[in-house]
Amino acid sequence: MKSTEEIASRVSTAADGSYDVGRIRRGFPLLAEKVHGKKLVYLDNAATTQKPQQVIDAMMRFYTSGCSNVHRGVHLLSERATATYENARSKVRRFINARDDGEIVFVRGATEAINLVASSFGKAHVKPGDEILITGMEHHSNIVPWQVLCEERGARLRVAPINLRGELLVEEYERLLNPRTSLVAVTQVSNALGTVNPVRHIVEMAHRNGTPVLIDGAQAVQHLRVDVQALDCDFYAFSGHKMYGPTGVGVLYGKERWLESMPPYQGGGDMITSVTFEKTVYAKLPHKFEAGTPDIAGVIGLGAAVDYLESVGIDSISEYEHGLLDYGTGLLEAVPGVRIIGTAPGKASVLSFTLEGVHPHDVGTILDQEGIAIRTGHHCAQPVMDFFRIPATARASLALYNTREELDSLAAGLQKVAEVFS
Amino acid sequence: MSDLRELYQEVILDHHKRPRNFRKLEDANRHAEGFNPLCGDRILLYLRIEDGVVRDAGFEGSGCAISTASASLMTEMLKGKTEAELEALFEKFHDLVTGKSMPDSSSIGKLAVFSGVREYPVRVKCAILAWHTLRAALQGSLEKVATE
Repeated sequence: MKSTEEIASRVSTAADGSYDVGRIRRGFPLLAEKVHGKKLVYLDNAATTQKPQQVIDAMMRFYTSGCSNVHRGVHLLSERATATYENARSKVRRFINARDDGEIVFVRGATEAINLVASSFGKAHVKPGDEILITGMEHHSNIVPWQVLCEERGARLRVAPINLRGELLVEEYERLLNPRTSLVAVTQVSNALGTVNPVRHIVEMAHRNGTPVLIDGAQAVQHLRVDVQALDCDFYAFSGHKMYGPTGVGVLYGKERWLESMPPYQGGGDMITSVTFEKTVYAKLPHKFEAGTPDIAGVIGLGAAVDYLESVGIDSISEYEHGLLDYGTGLLEAVPGVRIIGTAPGKASVLSFTLEGVHPHDVGTILDQEGIAIRTGHHCAQPVMDFFRIPATARASLALYNTREELDSLAAGLQKVAEVFS
Repeated sequence: MSDLRELYQEVILDHHKRPRNFRKLEDANRHAEGFNPLCGDRILLYLRIEDGVVRDAGFEGSGCAISTASASLMTEMLKGKTEAELEALFEKFHDLVTGKSMPDSSSIGKLAVFSGVREYPVRVKCAILAWHTLRAALQGSLEKVATE
């Protein structure tokens, strides 16, 4: 076994100890691909990140030499699979500094994590007339589950507004908290704007009101250090595939006392202690919320992704990405006609913009011909687009493997867009 | 760049910058709304039909160059055509942009500028949005048309 330090020096550090992005890039096989005969410039990381070889290998290893179901077989393979699966849970628990493995529930992604809370917390704790408080910058996945819940329970969805920089109006948020507020659900980092919300403060204010808080961390865990105990949030949701892990797996963190108070989300195997036709006794946490055979390979891949992030170091990643974001912001601001959407200070990773006279979709097509992958559209945040009175934006989103040269290519690509539309 | 010029032909860029018939028809007797959730393109199409023949057409909305030019060129072609002729034209345009077949230019006229779209599968919906909206308007459907 290699020590963590040795692994770190292998994946990310140059001889002088500095952040070696070239070395990092060589660990991601997909980054060597060509698109339309051009070198790929992958700037769609908020949609999904590419996967390092370690993650691909871990999943391959499971299928080639370790495949078995978990939590049931007495045979060796099943024991090993269970140990690897549960070890991944411990890695995730340490990664976000949860108190106990029982507070880490594996789900399909951040969307399912939020739906689980909407369904189970909703059944146990939301009454007619109650309110769910969200913000004006949420992704559809942190809007629609609450709308469904409010419809079912006769509750009301309240929305704390944002300003033109894309920041939450914290005093408006505080004003909306009241004795009927049964849950606050807020994103830590906005996928459409890059805004980093003051979640510690948001949690504090909600708790003074006696209201628990769910944080959507889908755009946060890969960019900044998350400590759920320091945040004191009650639930924290994120996806594996946006943090260099596989698709199809994600995490719901929940404080034990809340998870204990909630009914199961789905019924089935693996979530029970005993079943008779008269009465079923549910399994202990977290298994109560993991009905059926889980995505074992996915969870193992997620564990490898956590190892990978920790080997590079989340603080080094934050620092490097902030430098990139500042550089890219400067470049885009210098392109005539570019308007950056989301200008909050201390943003993370996201460069959302419009180009005067050119629809984002046309921007995306022309950049694609240059090998540059960005996202265009409403980014599953239509209320954000409505707020800025735009139908869509073009969005470049950064990851730990992007470079300044790639942002230069983006700026040059935008010049080409302007030429086509001149 | 040559590839891109196949898609963004001069006529398309011109109709994007200066869309024709970009107005609400106050005396419209058919209308429909189309929406492309992928990119947020939105079109409101207005028709005045008398004795089964389109007498006037206009549109409003916002969209990319392809969808705006498609709506603009479409509204230019509608006038004087019967519903049956438009249905046939819909099929021809559909075949053109999906690459199913290359209709002869005499039957599609200026719409031939959209032949480059076939090389860009994700943009087919942009080109076809106005036409789906037309079909809905002709059928008198009040449901919003979505391309997804």
